[in-house]
Amino acid sequence: MRPVLWAKGLFHRHGTFCLEVEDLKVYPGEILAVLGPSGSGKTTLLRLLAGLFQPERGRVEGGRAAYLPQAPPLLRRSVLENAAFGLRLQGVAKREAWERARRLLARVGLAEKARQPAHLLSGGEAVRLALARTLLVEPEILLLDEPTASLDPANVAQVEALLAEAALEGRAVILATHDLFQAKRLAKRVVFLYLGQVVEEGEAKAFFQNPKDPRTQAFLQGRLLP
Amino acid sequence: MAGVATLLAALPAVPLGLWLALRGGGGAWGRMLLYAGMALPPVVVGLFLYLLLSRSGPLGFLGLLYTPYAMVLAEAILAFPLIAAFVLSGARARVEEVRLLVRSLGGTEAQVFPTLFWESRRTLAAALAAGFGGAISEVGAATLVGGDIRHHTRVLTTAIVVETRKGELEAALALGMVLMGIALLVTGLLVILERE
Repeated sequence: MRPVLWAKGLFHRHGTFCLEVEDLKVYPGEILAVLGPSGSGKTTLLRLLAGLFQPERGRVEGGRAAYLPQAPPLLRRSVLENAAFGLRLQGVAKREAWERARRLLARVGLAEKARQPAHLLSGGEAVRLALARTLLVEPEILLLDEPTASLDPANVAQVEALLAEAALEGRAVILATHDLFQAKRLAKRVVFLYLGQVVEEGEAKAFFQNPKDPRTQAFLQGRLLP
Repeated sequence: MAGVATLLAALPAVPLGLWLALRGGGGAWGRMLLYAGMALPPVVVGLFLYLLLSRSGPLGFLGLLYTPYAMVLAEAILAFPLIAAFVLSGARARVEEVRLLVRSLGGTEAQVFPTLFWESRRTLAAALAAGFGGAISEVGAATLVGGDIRHHTRVLTTAIVVETRKGELEAALALGMVLMGIALLVTGLLVILERE
């Protein structure tokens, strides 16, 4: 199968922090979890893959990507206008964009709140709205930065169901998360980052059952890494 | 007159404020210049404009001195840095998240500008209120370039000065109340716009 995203020889420097990824391929319909302690470079990697940062060396080849930041910004507009925003950027006519946004809002359980200002939504609703907005632009690659970090279990379940659905639709989902259980539930493959380096990468099952690198073992056991 | 001056100043000031915000705030020097512009002494602005527009000045051929046009120009010059600085300050607070949002959804850098404009609309209302406040309360420059000619270039502020000098304090106070009323009305409208 052809990868939908291929990062080759990436090197990026941000102050004293460096991120290096030799070779990373992501395939359509798979969920790849990016794990690592805070400051390991998960956000930087996602933003490089999304084309938001330009690497100092190397390149990213791939299809249309959309990125959902950890604290997704909401516009000072209604829920519906927020949802339709990505489509409007693509030049989709207002009526059609709103119609499609309404349908997706119904899918994420926000149909009732379509007309209210987005800033009145709860944290979980805001993430679902942002996810709907991201899905609406129909990306081939969905990059999500800890989308459920501050959500209650019910909202986590809803977001995870949407991600699983997106993968079933053939989208590649790259998910940075601290939540090992979530990675186990969702991911087909896992990449473990530590201090800007890919320490271990492999099938999720093998990764969790038999981690090879001592740093991965320490992380999975909840021990502090030096 | 102050309303026209505010709109005239807003035409370049709003895009400038947004552009500087998109460019990381315009650098320390750019911001310093802009903020210094907020403290421009109106009389000095009036003096420079007078020199430019007087018959022997480089723009004397336009014949604008002692006309309402010159007064609008002076008020617009005073309102310009106020509006630009307010817009810059408000847009700077939102620019990074707006840029991240637009780019993360596959939008271009060119699409950041209109989004930032719309997202900064509350600041725009405050900026216009500040610019209007600066323009309507202006006396020095208006007197210098307008000449305070009765029924021609006399405005409320200069009329208050004249009435006070004549000892007609009741008339001066009444004019002051009218001025306050206009200022309250316009800023009230802008507050409603801001809430919308």
